[in-house]
Amino acid sequence: MTEAEIRQLVCDILSDIAPETDPALLSGGRDIREGLDIDSMDFLNFIIALSKRAGVSIPEEDYPKLFTIDGVVAYLTSIGQP
Amino acid sequence: MGEHRLADGHTMTRNAASEMSERRIIKDRAALSPRPNLFDYEAERSHFEWADAWKLLDGLPGGEGYNIAHEAVDRHTTGSRAKKVAIRWIGKAGEQREFTYEDLRSATSRFANALAALGVKPGERVFILMGRLPELYMAVLGTLKARCVASPLFSAFGPEPIATRINIGGGRVLVTTPELYRRKVEAVRDRMPTLSDVILVGDGDVDGLGLHRWSSLMNAASPEYRIGPTDPEDMALLHFTSGTTGRPKGAIHVHGAVVAHHVTGLYALDLHDDDIYWCTADPGWVTGTSYGILAPLTNGVTSIVVEADFDAQTWYSTLERERISVWYSAPTAIRMMMRLGAEAAKKYDLSALRFAASVGEPLNPEAVVWGVEAFGLPFHDNWWQTETGGIMIANLAALDIKPGSMGVPLPGIEAAILRHEKGRNVEVIAEPMVEGELALRKGWPSMMRGYLGEEERYRKCFVGDWYLTGDLAKRDADGYYWFVGRADDVIKSAGHLIGPFEVESALMEHPAVAEAGVIGKPDPTVGEIVKAFVALKPGYEPSESLRKELLGHGRKRLGPAVAPKELDFSANLPKTRSGKIMRRLLKSRELGLPEGDLSTLESDEK
Repeated sequence: MTEAEIRQLVCDILSDIAPETDPALLSGGRDIREGLDIDSMDFLNFIIALSKRAGVSIPEEDYPKLFTIDGVVAYLTSIGQP
Repeated sequence: MGEHRLADGHTMTRNAASEMSERRIIKDRAALSPRPNLFDYEAERSHFEWADAWKLLDGLPGGEGYNIAHEAVDRHTTGSRAKKVAIRWIGKAGEQREFTYEDLRSATSRFANALAALGVKPGERVFILMGRLPELYMAVLGTLKARCVASPLFSAFGPEPIATRINIGGGRVLVTTPELYRRKVEAVRDRMPTLSDVILVGDGDVDGLGLHRWSSLMNAASPEYRIGPTDPEDMALLHFTSGTTGRPKGAIHVHGAVVAHHVTGLYALDLHDDDIYWCTADPGWVTGTSYGILAPLTNGVTSIVVEADFDAQTWYSTLERERISVWYSAPTAIRMMMRLGAEAAKKYDLSALRFAASVGEPLNPEAVVWGVEAFGLPFHDNWWQTETGGIMIANLAALDIKPGSMGVPLPGIEAAILRHEKGRNVEVIAEPMVEGELALRKGWPSMMRGYLGEEERYRKCFVGDWYLTGDLAKRDADGYYWFVGRADDVIKSAGHLIGPFEVESALMEHPAVAEAGVIGKPDPTVGEIVKAFVALKPGYEPSESLRKELLGHGRKRLGPAVAPKELDFSANLPKTRSGKIMRRLLKSRELGLPEGDLSTLESDEK
């Protein structure tokens, strides 16, 4: 996946979870939990959808790396997803 | 019965054939250090009188009554605790701020003076809507000093729940941040006629009537304040909770509740003078006020406040770095930590931790025992409600734990399992392990004194001398209580009660929705999630985009803590002959359970 594809995927998943928001407008470094009013249950659903749709398994200890969209991009790029 | 040695000297008895109620984590109370405050449960229970417990407090100088803020803050500042850290605050970026008891005294006095300068009078309601910032704690305690009524609201509420609660409470003042004001208050401001003053904490431009800056009000106010005479029966706190039907209820608590906050902090949380204590709950819920603000301060300990939301590793490093000794948390967080595995916790030095408690919903036995594996000590589950104001039933430091149970009634609390028919033909069930409604003998100091403006709903909570909790439970032969479920349709998600009616009402405001039924769908992590079933008006067809639109509509109105996480379309919702949506039937169908008695079912899909 290219960086643009990852960003698109993240925005797609987030707008499923918080359809009242436009994740594309969120700055890449902002905590999505604050910026989009995502609670811990929503965040867990985000991780589950992300690992499924990106085809990677994400250990729980890596969750804090995924609090921002930039963080997700860096993370998926670094683990060399398919 | 087989015995399993667990870490840290705890022993777990187990017998596959035995009832769950016989499993125990056995304690050697004599080996516990420090000695538990409630060392001899039976003896204390037989001697304890609330009337004597007042001696643990100071009372206002000159015998002018009891004020929560005096017991929590001011009384400590004349002695050795004046320079002791009362609150150590840890911000989202890891920054720290410390407030001694003396710092808290002057800040809360300034806030009380600031309220007076705005013309706010004793008895008037001050709502506080913000994340866990230091100013939240100052505002609540300063409000109590001024003898106004403090009502903290959860900052994840959306505009609808906020406006509803401020209107029920007749809120005069709102303390919030500019960002929350813009996002959640501005649009509904004209629907809150009683709200005359808004105090904004932090920077950020907003427009509106009666706006004040926290910093300028505080700077202009004197740090000296003499608390006026306070009757222990004066209203102090307003905590909102949800019922099955109708609007949220504002449970009234009085200044005299402080004696229960104090005693339960001593007995159920085993607070000792040198403890570093962390309550993870948000003050927007009753736990975060009674045990996140008041009980640790009345007991004079150092309380840690963490602004950030849950993240397992942040929590572990907080426990380690702050040398937390007593930790009060909740099942949802514990289950999320369990997903990470015990090994993750073992990487941290948590040797300071000596007592862990949990509240919010029943903690499953595996989670209680997992505490031993991960932290070397079990979680002590306890039970109480917004209406009870403080912990009522608890697994205690000096007593064996029965994993999965609520524990035993505290000294001064009499509990019973009742059989009754809508409040008539009341009978106390004496036999063990028979299900009935959990009830408490009325009269403990932190019992609610009313639902604001709802005399009838308050009256219905009592039958004779008993307060009816709405929870179904059983008591075993050893006197431990076991939670069974709610007697009504209230949803319990992440430990918080959510009224289906409030959610249904918000969904019904969408032009496409004809009817809505909302249930709690069991979920392994948060207990229940809010699930909505929606019937559409003619001219609307179910579609993925409409489903998302309705979910978004719910989140916008209600906020993520209350809004549905799932939504299904249904051509027609099952209703009684009187037109009430049968949520129980929706739930049985969702779970594939037997549908039970359908004799009152009126419509559709019988």
